[in-house]
Amino acid sequence: MITRTGRQGSSRATDAVIIGAGHCGLAMSRCLAELGIGHVVLERGEVANAWRHERWDSLRLLTPNWQSRLPGYAYTGNDPDGFMTMAEVIRFIDRYARVIAAPVLPGIAVTSVFRSGNFYRVETSQGCWRCRAVVIATGAFSVPVVPAASREIPPEIAQLTTRNYRNPGSLPAGNVLVVGGSASGLQLAEEIRRSGRDVTLAVGEHVPMPRTYRGRDIQWWLDALGVLDERYDEIDDIQRARRVPSPQLAGSPERNRLDLNRLQSLGVKVTGRLMGVCNGKAQFSGSLANICALADLKLGRLLARIDNWALENSMTGDIPAPERFAPTRVDGSPLLALDLAKSGIRSVVWATGLRPDYSWLRVPVVDSKGTLRHQGGVVDAPGLYAMGLPFMRRRKSSYIHGAEDDARELSAHLATYLASTRPCTVAVA
Amino acid sequence: MDMQTRTLNNGVNVESLLAARNALAAAPEAAKCQWRASCDWVSGTHARTTVDGFSALGAEQRHRSAFTFETDHPELFDSLDQGATPVEYVLVGLAGCLTAGIASVAANRNIRLHSVRATLEGSMDLQGILGIDSDVRNGFDDIRVVFHIDADASREDIEALVAQSQKRSAVFDIITNPTNVRVEVK
Repeated sequence: MITRTGRQGSSRATDAVIIGAGHCGLAMSRCLAELGIGHVVLERGEVANAWRHERWDSLRLLTPNWQSRLPGYAYTGNDPDGFMTMAEVIRFIDRYARVIAAPVLPGIAVTSVFRSGNFYRVETSQGCWRCRAVVIATGAFSVPVVPAASREIPPEIAQLTTRNYRNPGSLPAGNVLVVGGSASGLQLAEEIRRSGRDVTLAVGEHVPMPRTYRGRDIQWWLDALGVLDERYDEIDDIQRARRVPSPQLAGSPERNRLDLNRLQSLGVKVTGRLMGVCNGKAQFSGSLANICALADLKLGRLLARIDNWALENSMTGDIPAPERFAPTRVDGSPLLALDLAKSGIRSVVWATGLRPDYSWLRVPVVDSKGTLRHQGGVVDAPGLYAMGLPFMRRRKSSYIHGAEDDARELSAHLATYLASTRPCTVAVA
Repeated sequence: MDMQTRTLNNGVNVESLLAARNALAAAPEAAKCQWRASCDWVSGTHARTTVDGFSALGAEQRHRSAFTFETDHPELFDSLDQGATPVEYVLVGLAGCLTAGIASVAANRNIRLHSVRATLEGSMDLQGILGIDSDVRNGFDDIRVVFHIDADASREDIEALVAQSQKRSAVFDIITNPTNVRVEVK
């Protein structure tokens, strides 16, 4: 399947190159193998690299074990309702790579990809590959997105992101400002607060979600309602849907709900969105009350949808009664400005999101805002595909179990494309 | 029944708003606009501000006619009370902006409005502007807006309407978030 065309072996050819041996790249590899399509999986580090090196220590999957499945592979342990630790995720993906015998070439970093005639040239730290199709499976969460205000933070205050934060012990002694209202911001605010520090948490728009509702995990409900299967071409405003922050969930053995009320009970001070830093003072938006009202209303609509579904599916006798949660408590006059040094803040943790890294991609398919131009993962260049982006083909596209449907459909698309073009062994000038 | 099938608009042209949104999303440069005002001192604390021209959609534009606004302080503060105080105009702007937003969002969501009334209260500690206590800020320390809305919608839908109008409001953003202000002398 791998054809050597260069005498020194530094330039090789294959039908498709998958970049990245995470769960998405492996799922795609499995689907291409089923279709008999020659390919390699180039991996800058080792299988499941980001899970190994770019996550904090306490992180667990937000989805229960029963939901962890990939094409031809599923969780078979004895704790279907548990949430995998990072070590367990790494084992799960590592084993998958072995079970499917994926042609992974580890330790090869892709430095650039560009189009040359009907081919792609994939340049790596170890020579060049030529192929007709490329699958970008490098992950949606590679580069921290940090607001410009970070440049105004006084130099004596440490700044970390969710990429390099590991645990509270890795922070300098002192109080902490956590910025970000999605799953990561709330999880970090909680564990840092529990380590005995004063924590201020700045939150913008956010998506509250209970861990369990009416006796079932929220992921069970989202799955049952079909929310996770909603397609990119059925949604009113897909660009907006792709920007929705991750829900405030944690996968803990206690199955606790992670929300602003609980954090406030633990003593975390909640402020509005961080708008700027001026003369060492952080400035927070005065819109916190509305931000929380929007979030509470959104949660109310989700719960009503669940209750309707339960009613229509005659579940109501078998499960606990509907429940409505207390509205988010908002201080009558939330903090608008905070003198960082005077209030003893010694570190700022940016949990303000991560974006994909396309700096190596020399194909003009990235817009001025750094977003890949694609239709459900079919990138705006022939033979180029993406995997694992938020709401790429379905709402579940960025979840582990979301890779299967996407990989099946995109591998079929890729196969059709290859069949319509000439094979790679034809020499090009 | 005709009443139920007819698209509601509350006097708002939703289609043209949505068309403008699509057009400006495709041409972000044309979305840049500038609002202007010019002000002349009259006497004492009385000043007169006029708004007329603005720029939008890449061209100079004008209101149907120039609008003037008198600002002054109340007699209580030894002024002649020739107009509303400037801080009351801030409430005027906020009320107008949120209310316009409610009408637009309601039309977009097909909610019929019968009446919308807002009352606004902005509280202030005069120790700030009088320089008595440097820990007290000059501006409002709190603004409270209460809406009374009669509409063919559930309470939850009305609350969502009001929340969305804040989310999309320019004046709400101007008041709640820092803005860079440059003042020069020529």
